[in-house]
Amino acid sequence: MTTLTDPPKESFRLSMLIYDSRYRSMTIQIVALIAVLTLIGWLISNTAQNLADLGKQPSFSFLGESAGYDINQRLIDYENQDSHLRAAFVGLLNTLLVAFMGCIAATLVGVFVGVLRLSNNWVVARLMTIYVEMFRNVPVLLWIILVMAILIETLPAPRAFRGETPEASMMLGDSVAFTNRGFYVPEPLFSRGIGDVHLFGEAALRFDVSLDLIAVVATFIAGLLISGLITRRADRIQAATGDRPRTWHWKAAVIVIPTVAVLAILGFYLGKPELQGFNFAGGTHMRNSLIALWLALSLYTAAFIAEIVRAGILAISKGQTEAAAALGLRQRRIMSLVVLPQALRVIIPPLISQYLNLTKNSSLAIAVGYMDITGTLMGITLNQTGRELETILIGMLIYLTISLTISFVMNLYNDAVKLRER
Amino acid sequence: MKKTFILGALTVAAMSAGAASAATLDDVKARGKLECGVNTGLVGFAAPDANGRWEGFDAAYCRAVAAAVLGDPDAVEFVPLTTKTRFTALAAAEVDVLSRNTTWTFSRDVDLKFEFVGVNYYDGQGFMAPKNLGVSSAKELDGATVCIQTGTTTELNLADFFRANNISYEPVPIETNAEGQTQYLAGACDVYTTDASGLAATRATFEDPSAHVILPEIISKEPLGPLVRHGDPEWGDIARWTLNALIAAEELGVTSANIEELAAGSDNPEINRLLGTEGNLGEMLGLEADWAKNAIMAGGNYGEIFAKTIGESTPIGLARGLNAQWKDGGILYVPPFR
Amino acid sequence: MNDLSFVRTEMLPERDPPPSTTGVIGWLRKNMFDGVWNTLLTIASIGLIVWVLGHILPWIWSPTWNAGSLDQCREIVGASGKASGACWGVIHERWPQMLYGFYPAELRLRPTLAFFLLFIALIPVLFNMISRRMNWFLLALVLFVATFFTASSALMIVVQIVLAAAVLYIGYTLVANSGSDRAEQIAAGARRLPNPLIFTALYVFLMPWLLWGGTIWTPVGAALGFVIGWLVFRLLAPVLGTLTAIILAFAAPVLWWLLLNGLFASAMHAILPFGLEPVESRQFGGLLLSVTIGVTAIAVSLPMGIVLALGRQSDLVIVKSLSVIFIEFIRGVPLITLLFVASVLLNIFLPPGTDFDIILRVIIMATVFASAYMAEVIRGGLAALPKGQYEAADALGLDYWKAQRLIIMPQALKISIPGIVSTFIGLFKDTTLVSIIGLLDPVGLSNSIRADTNWNGIVWELYGFIALLFFIFTFSMSRYSMYLERRLRTDHR
Repeated sequence: MTTLTDPPKESFRLSMLIYDSRYRSMTIQIVALIAVLTLIGWLISNTAQNLADLGKQPSFSFLGESAGYDINQRLIDYENQDSHLRAAFVGLLNTLLVAFMGCIAATLVGVFVGVLRLSNNWVVARLMTIYVEMFRNVPVLLWIILVMAILIETLPAPRAFRGETPEASMMLGDSVAFTNRGFYVPEPLFSRGIGDVHLFGEAALRFDVSLDLIAVVATFIAGLLISGLITRRADRIQAATGDRPRTWHWKAAVIVIPTVAVLAILGFYLGKPELQGFNFAGGTHMRNSLIALWLALSLYTAAFIAEIVRAGILAISKGQTEAAAALGLRQRRIMSLVVLPQALRVIIPPLISQYLNLTKNSSLAIAVGYMDITGTLMGITLNQTGRELETILIGMLIYLTISLTISFVMNLYNDAVKLRER
Repeated sequence: MKKTFILGALTVAAMSAGAASAATLDDVKARGKLECGVNTGLVGFAAPDANGRWEGFDAAYCRAVAAAVLGDPDAVEFVPLTTKTRFTALAAAEVDVLSRNTTWTFSRDVDLKFEFVGVNYYDGQGFMAPKNLGVSSAKELDGATVCIQTGTTTELNLADFFRANNISYEPVPIETNAEGQTQYLAGACDVYTTDASGLAATRATFEDPSAHVILPEIISKEPLGPLVRHGDPEWGDIARWTLNALIAAEELGVTSANIEELAAGSDNPEINRLLGTEGNLGEMLGLEADWAKNAIMAGGNYGEIFAKTIGESTPIGLARGLNAQWKDGGILYVPPFR
Repeated sequence: MNDLSFVRTEMLPERDPPPSTTGVIGWLRKNMFDGVWNTLLTIASIGLIVWVLGHILPWIWSPTWNAGSLDQCREIVGASGKASGACWGVIHERWPQMLYGFYPAELRLRPTLAFFLLFIALIPVLFNMISRRMNWFLLALVLFVATFFTASSALMIVVQIVLAAAVLYIGYTLVANSGSDRAEQIAAGARRLPNPLIFTALYVFLMPWLLWGGTIWTPVGAALGFVIGWLVFRLLAPVLGTLTAIILAFAAPVLWWLLLNGLFASAMHAILPFGLEPVESRQFGGLLLSVTIGVTAIAVSLPMGIVLALGRQSDLVIVKSLSVIFIEFIRGVPLITLLFVASVLLNIFLPPGTDFDIILRVIIMATVFASAYMAEVIRGGLAALPKGQYEAADALGLDYWKAQRLIIMPQALKISIPGIVSTFIGLFKDTTLVSIIGLLDPVGLSNSIRADTNWNGIVWELYGFIALLFFIFTFSMSRYSMYLERRLRTDHR
């Protein structure tokens, strides 16, 4: 009955757009696209109409105007006569700073708490559970405000450091001061420094890079690389002979000696903060807003990371631990060689999204007056210039870029450690 | 999937509810309520009490306008606004009038396209410092840490002041007055700067107000006043003359106590014109003849409102100062009702 | 002869284990003092706890509940001779405001009722271990209790009697028959109570009506829209084909809502006026505002999330990339920027003259925000479903929509429930961000309260109270979610 012939060449009919499954998906997609484009067009035309009614033509020229306000916490030089764009750049760097510090601290605390939650010690495990539940179940905004309030209320004001018998004193050999205006820590200085490179001349995005710092960091990294080579050589010897040569003193030497030498050549010394006038002068001043935001964000995110770590460790089947124990590995080595590397695969994807959350939550800086990108561009600049559309648009794009970059980089890492299934 | 449509239903309800147009007066009358933008919470100027009723100097002006337009001082919808949202809310017609301790400046009037209808409080930016800091003038504040509210003109004034005097300072931006107060009291900043009225109000609530001084320098002029949108002069007139009526009432000795008596007719023709027993000022505004009487009865005249909300008998204890009538050495000087 | 036996013929009596390994001491030894390191840890932890509690408890224990202002608190605390103490008078005076905001005091029964009914509406969706009778019993009970808080009228008394009868009857059957008895009765042909999901569907329309008030005909009209959509689909599907019918079935209700529902509601209201006193959304505040934003946004974002997740999974390139762009954009920006959009930009995007009030705009943006996260949760659920399910659906010859509706979605949604709950917890916590754009949620109200001269200077009491409010809600939700996760896991494997 069946004959294998070419299907008759149908002439194209309009109804085939709907009924023929070959074209139908195309039709649906085009309809969807047109619908979305219409929606966007409608929004844009509304916006244009409304802005025209308000007499505000979209324009980005305000970015070049002088900002007129001051920013206390900044990584690069800025004064109130600089442009709004410069202020936004200062804010962006502040966002990145707190996000970076927060991710590191949150990971450390999170792993620590996550492991301790599985501790045999009942009190410690309970305490960690309380910590996790307390931080997870209260809004992060409240934590930020609360940590700020705690910092302000409990730490001494700089004026408490003054006088014959001060109520408070500096720590670590008069080099660190914890005050309710923030932490004053020594700053690295170089008496024979080789100076800075000024990038981008006088443009709004200009910033200086310290050559001294680069030299020190480069030497240090080179030391790390060489110590890596030493480890590899030790591995080879162990594989060949079964004995592992002692390497730690070599490693320490290649890392420490060149770095110290470079520091000495550059005339490294620490600039200590000193009480002067109303405040401490000298040293690096980490403002209380930065500290509060950093602590609150990292403690809050750490509670989530702790749960992720715990789940990751629990996900490793008991057989793995037992097999490792049967091989004669010690408890600590089982953790570091068998459990953690496997748990890492489970941990990393949710960890990435916690980093993203932390970065996005850093926009709550506005609640404690930390001048991040939300505080400068979408805060004061918006208020002073009345350019809502432009500032919020730029702000959103910046956050989007940061988020996409983080997830891109972390996904690369994730791919690198992912289980290679055969 | 069903749930999408709550929103749909709400949308329709909301869209049919209100559409802004140029004639704000007609909108307000049609709505039966005045929408008035106020501070989310500023001691003495606007704050909700335990029953959710907004009280304060700025809120009282809203009530007066509602009384003038609608005859009912409680026909006000108070819309709490932040420094960020206040101008957009007014521009987008979310509020009919903004009475939120807003400084009248050139750019706000001209560039942001608003119309300030007058000044209800002449203020200026000052500094407060603890007595034991030993500072007697703002010029001695070199290197000091200054708490300052963001998003306001005070920020720019402060930068200008320190630049002009060539001294350095460290700004600590804060979002709300309450937060600034906490930081200042704990010593996280050496001085606190904001409008002098705000400083006085803040100091009044300290455990020991006498331990703090307000420095003599007033570094800016801050004429605070209500404002409306550009482009609706009739509505602007109503807002302006309601404020003027309150001030004029004090000047003419019309109080909420004697207003009924005076409204029956008095010897002073200006009072008669103000209260609508003579002339047709109300009609010119498109309001009832007794509009000003209603406005004054809402919370009393300017002096009464001042005394009740921020005056010397309140915990805030502000003196009239510049805000006294011109006869008493102040600069309140309203055009005649004629 | 062989008296010598080397094997014990009777067992020795069991001896108690050494006292150091059992009982309290043994437990303590094992769990707290196992080795030097553990002992140190324990002591340090206990020290920390004692230190913290030693600072906090005396502060909390402060007889200031009836104080009328901060000054009075200071007097009371000063008189008791303590250095510092909490001032609870502010909570005493303001807690109704913290819960309900500016919602008219005499109408607060409505949001309370809506809140309790929410649980009853959720029970059939989330707790599938409660019997139908129990569900209806709870509903009748809540309604019955609620009637006692309304103004009494003849109608109310009738309603009360009816509800009391219902409570008694269902309660009696509950007590009289155990679950297995009942199952036998049903097998023998006894009539079952209607599915409680009916109430869940009704609740979707009931909740906005209870909260916002107004005429009953608006929600009825909104519900009619669905009936219209369903009718359009049923009538047109055989004639025009499924796809066209689906599109029309979406379009018809939208037209109904946009154009005719208002007319319908006002016309019906003129004929048969019945409604609640309207409350504007501006009057929402405090925790009520947080819950309203959270619940509405999650409920509305669920269908949006399903559509987006399906879009992201589909092999239609354009649909897929549109979904991906939307999801990644929303997930890539902080909620606060979306709230800025709601507060200052949304009105600019809409046609000139549109004036949504700010709370509605915030709900819209929160919904958009939640839908992107919801899409990812549901995508996870879809991905977790074994491929065999998809193939089996195909093998049965089901088309795409039927397969989704009958096979895929019910399972995928079930797996996603814990994720949905945690998205809700996250969103609920994030509603505090609205205080930054000037809405008076609990955090926003705390600022307003401090602007009252009586309470100026209060910090810890307010924040502590708010933290406790949120903790109670989110902690119980997260515990429930964990419980559900365990249950679902056993079901699934």
